Amino acid sequence: MALLQIAEPGQSTAPHEHRLAVGIDLGTTNSLVATVRNGIAVVLNDEHGHALTPSVVRYRADGGVEVGYAAQAKAAEDPHNTIVSVKRFMGRGLKDLPELATLPYQFVDAPGMVRIKTVAGEKSPVEVSAEILRVLKRRAELALGGELIGAVITVPAYFDDAQRQATKDAARLAGLNVLRLLNEPTAAAIAYGLDNASEGVFAVYDLGGGTFDLSILRLQRGVFEVMATSGDSALGGDDFDRRIFCWIMEQTGLHTLPDHDKALLMARAREAKEALSEHPQVRITTMLSGGELIDLTLTEAVFNDLTAHLVAKTLAPCRKALRDAGLQPADIQGVVMVGGATRMPCIQAAVAEFFGQTPLTNLDPDKVVALGAAMQANILAGNRGRDDWLLLDVVPLSLGIETMGGLVEKIIPRNSVIPIARAQEFTTFKDGQTAMAIHVVQGERERVADCRSLARFELRGIPPMVAGAARVRVTFQVDADGLLSVSARELSTGVEAHVEVKPAYGLTDAEIARMLQEARLHAQEDMAARMLAEARVDGERLLAATRQALAEDGEALLSAEERATIEQLCTTLAAALAGDDVQAIRQASAGLNQGTVEFAARRMDASVRRALAGHRLEEIDV
Amino acid sequence: MLDFNRNHFELLGLQPAFRLSREQIDRAWRDIQTEIHPDRFAHAGEAAQRLAQQWSARLNEAYVTLRSPFERARYLLRLQGIDALDPRDTAMPAEFLVQQMHWRERLEQAQAASDPVALQRLEDEARAERAHLEQALAGLLDERRDYRAAAEVLRKYRFLDKLLEEIELVHERLT
Repeated sequence: MALLQIAEPGQSTAPHEHRLAVGIDLGTTNSLVATVRNGIAVVLNDEHGHALTPSVVRYRADGGVEVGYAAQAKAAEDPHNTIVSVKRFMGRGLKDLPELATLPYQFVDAPGMVRIKTVAGEKSPVEVSAEILRVLKRRAELALGGELIGAVITVPAYFDDAQRQATKDAARLAGLNVLRLLNEPTAAAIAYGLDNASEGVFAVYDLGGGTFDLSILRLQRGVFEVMATSGDSALGGDDFDRRIFCWIMEQTGLHTLPDHDKALLMARAREAKEALSEHPQVRITTMLSGGELIDLTLTEAVFNDLTAHLVAKTLAPCRKALRDAGLQPADIQGVVMVGGATRMPCIQAAVAEFFGQTPLTNLDPDKVVALGAAMQANILAGNRGRDDWLLLDVVPLSLGIETMGGLVEKIIPRNSVIPIARAQEFTTFKDGQTAMAIHVVQGERERVADCRSLARFELRGIPPMVAGAARVRVTFQVDADGLLSVSARELSTGVEAHVEVKPAYGLTDAEIARMLQEARLHAQEDMAARMLAEARVDGERLLAATRQALAEDGEALLSAEERATIEQLCTTLAAALAGDDVQAIRQASAGLNQGTVEFAARRMDASVRRALAGHRLEEIDV
Repeated sequence: MLDFNRNHFELLGLQPAFRLSREQIDRAWRDIQTEIHPDRFAHAGEAAQRLAQQWSARLNEAYVTLRSPFERARYLLRLQGIDALDPRDTAMPAEFLVQQMHWRERLEQAQAASDPVALQRLEDEARAERAHLEQALAGLLDERRDYRAAAEVLRKYRFLDKLLEEIELVHERLT
């Protein structure tokens, strides 16, 4: 006999309600948002049915902001205020941007990251990216009919810490809860692997608008393990456009152009590149503002010549990743192609030759990353069971600190699995030295000058000792998003000087808070309502998780008394959630969090024991 | 309760030994990670999240240490209280020093002549020598338990690791 279910007061009537989560591919050229609906990953189209949103943002003099096609349409007309391919500037200083001459923007050098001067004031690339994310968030909330629990946002695997942090900041600014920063090739592998139920070792060749990644993954029994990753975070389809642009300039004998003509020619160059994927030659015609007529024919052969060095540049990371994984091209079972730029026949031919096999192109290279991100978001939001797949990803670039003579001591080598924590001890150089400057860098080269500087901080309060007697332990921690935090302490005397830093790249927390404030004022959102909604989402998530944990392990791991205490805390939170007092909800959530620390530890303990027991059984079998 | 101070072998449920296959280490790591990775607790409370993050990081540290033969040997020696790479103890037999110089000269010559064939020959030889040292380490660490001798072999091993790294760099430059 079926019994009617009656919900407890304050508890959701649908305990297994689908939690709304999305995957976002924040691309150099285009961005997409996808979600899992009825078990299937789908891209959410805009109101005109477009899946792709051009990653273009235009600031208007009246304070308005346009994003996507509307902004792209004005790129030639209003080049200074229309920001194209902003991803290239994320986490980058002025000196990191070699192609400045071909860009129509007025850059302002700022510590950590450039700013772009627009009619609406100076904008950080983080703010520009947040505008794109805001549009995607709104689209998803309209389509799904509710507040999002969170989003998985993809980043190039080869992004360094500064670029990752900038991406996370942009999401924060857009009011998105980041469930995870996910590497783009890994996202593609999830979508591909799950679709095809594949097992084995695969390479993902991901040539986007402005970045190139090559990852090698092992797909085995529900585990996606990244074995090695390599790439170039400043190489992409845009560079092929730029080669055509330069060719047009050469052919026509033009030297300097006004910025809007540059934007126009870049657009023609991109169209020509895309047309060449379908046709052996293409005619480029356009009229410049000075009345000059351009009429040229570009053949595939000439194009291949112009871009051969770019194609070759993608093969070096392929070799490096294979070497790091200890594999030969013949060990690769399939090569998954990702990114619109992989439609170019010259790319497909080069990849086929290098790996000795025809690359896999049965997935839409523009959508596969967003789809994989949506699948991962669905898991992280808790919409699926425990027997799902697991992702084990790596750090793309070695992390280390500066030692004497400007050399780098690597602490976490590239391709280490994340999350990871590693410590190394250092000592003082001079007698009586009481402070130590710690300079954190990322990169493969031996000299600090050739690596990216991530952070500098000082450990003070080291007791005076002879040189070499102090023992300073520096700990690097990289979390599952690939983000770094560093701490240092002096060990030898028991006097603990301790500093902890998260590298910041030009955007301080205060700055982010200010931008958030501005963004909300701009959107005329009710701050109080927003805070209540956020507290509720967090509280409900915690309550559901705790109840599930109690149902699974409460019996086995808690005494009756302990269980009653946690249940009491749950009831308190449920009651608070039924009201609309933000403070009460936060307090009750904090109380439940605090009250379940020990329970969480015991559950973790039980998990490890279970894993070890299972593992030992297998060992005996062998 | 779980103890963060357990050594890497205990953490992975493996016997402390140099002779471990990569498959054994990989499988132990994957099995435990499947249980404790933070993604398994993504929708659990803050406390569980934090713990999972710490444990997973600790497990990965054990894994990246043990999967590399060099790091594994060095770690086994550390468990015996021996710092194989102590800068005050760099004794190396004279004939190995001569051999080192000889290899380095060949590397420089191959680079100067842009000769990939000579470079490959040097790489093959270095790999063979490293495999030979790995065998020696296994005997010294697992059977004879002669840790002082193992430390000396490990220093040679490190030299070969570095030499092979440099060979890779030259390979890159030549292609």
